[in-house]
Amino acid sequence: MAEESDDRKPLLSKKIDKFFTGLADAWNFVRRFWKEVFLPPYEFKEVVHQCYRIGVESLPLISLTGFIVGIVFTNQSRPSLSEFGATSWLPSLISIAVVRAMGPLVTALIAAGKVGSSIGAEIGSMKVTEQIDAMEVSATNPFKFLVVTRVIATTFMIPILVLYTDFVALMGSFLNVNSNELVSLSTFFFQVFESISFLDIWSSVLKSLLFGFTIGIVGCYKGYHSSKGTEGVGRAANSAVVISMFLIFIEELLVLQVVNAIRIL
Amino acid sequence: MAEKVVEIRDLYKSFGDLDVLKGVDLDLFREENLVVLGRSGTGKSVLIKIMVGLLKQDKGQMNVLGQEVSTLHTKELNELRLKIGFSFQNSALYDSMTVRENMEFPLVRNIKNLTKKEITMRIEELLEAVGLPNTINQMPSELSGGQKKRIGVARTLILNPEIMLYDEPTAGLDPITCVDINNLINEVRERYKTTSIVITHDLTCAKMTGDRMAVLLDGQFSSIGTFEEVFPHAEDKRVKSFYDYNFIES
Repeated sequence: MAEESDDRKPLLSKKIDKFFTGLADAWNFVRRFWKEVFLPPYEFKEVVHQCYRIGVESLPLISLTGFIVGIVFTNQSRPSLSEFGATSWLPSLISIAVVRAMGPLVTALIAAGKVGSSIGAEIGSMKVTEQIDAMEVSATNPFKFLVVTRVIATTFMIPILVLYTDFVALMGSFLNVNSNELVSLSTFFFQVFESISFLDIWSSVLKSLLFGFTIGIVGCYKGYHSSKGTEGVGRAANSAVVISMFLIFIEELLVLQVVNAIRIL
Repeated sequence: MAEKVVEIRDLYKSFGDLDVLKGVDLDLFREENLVVLGRSGTGKSVLIKIMVGLLKQDKGQMNVLGQEVSTLHTKELNELRLKIGFSFQNSALYDSMTVRENMEFPLVRNIKNLTKKEITMRIEELLEAVGLPNTINQMPSELSGGQKKRIGVARTLILNPEIMLYDEPTAGLDPITCVDINNLINEVRERYKTTSIVITHDLTCAKMTGDRMAVLLDGQFSSIGTFEEVFPHAEDKRVKSFYDYNFIES
């Protein structure tokens, strides 16, 4: 019944206690998400709205970044390959790099910056202006409306954005290869698809699902737990980006180990 | 004697070492306007947040419409919440939604099978009632402070609540808009037969809207009665200074 007091005597030190309390809160937040995601009522309309905001509104930035990544990476790889007279391997090299690592990573990092911060700031400002309380007193579950919908949207939109980034980056790379090595579109994509495997695409998609979930849940968690007025909203947005990016790199490393283990089998 | 709508007994609430409510007792009768007065930080808003289950008391009873709030499960609590309208201090309008969407939000989620026409009619009727019929497609950022308060009240009225809770309805508004809001509170009671609690530290608002005053000091109600009973000849120095500040010093 009684809310827990914040000023209990710390078990170890205040900072360590705060860290573990934060972890426990985050764990409970994730558990609550998995509990509420399957329970009715379902906010389909809001999920579609969030998918549009997260997916479609991110397209211009993702397109530009993906295209530039394709061109730059191709340009930077050419001198090394030309030393061995192997510039014909450029499509294979680029496709493996883009599909396996750069596409998911670049998309996730951009989404963490753009989408994660916006979710953190939006929910944070709703929290400090009592909009979340207003939802609750009107008998609407704010967790379901704000958190579940956004996490679902990021989880499913990031993989789609990743596939799109892969395509745009490969198109950027093709333009570069075409203008320098005079390789046709069909030859370029023939080499691309010969180099990548089914496992590469699936691991990329599964990894992106994980990145999307991370971006959504971290943004929502930081926003939902923000306090101290506008300063707290700024902090929520900032830490949503920093923590998401940190977790994305950790997840990349872990997924890489798993995929490499599968590849060896 | 009028029916008791809210019954609060020996209610305690603290935040860490800070004891905010220390054994509060209060009754609210049907169709009355009760004004809760007190200085900032005395727990006025905490009291009404406990009433709708946004906060939980440490000890004591909060009985609303015959139900003990702290023992209710989520579904029962939500059913009770539909009978209570909460007008927030800063209006708490959803700023990514238009006025129409703000008002639709509680309605479509809680009353099923309403046609679009019925929803629009209900929204228009309430906007008319709060004197803002032409704001239906506006965003909250395009409204003044007073207009936001009115829309906030209209949004809470859309579910036909039995009890209205107003948290600092006149805070941050100019005197003329304050009078308009006070009149609106009285109109709402007359038109929709609501029972209200008005949280304020504005004695003009209290005098205009309240049937009874309850002054919250040091975590307990020090005086409860009509305006004339509580003010201006209060014996308690703290209550008297409250009156003096509002009506003499200002």
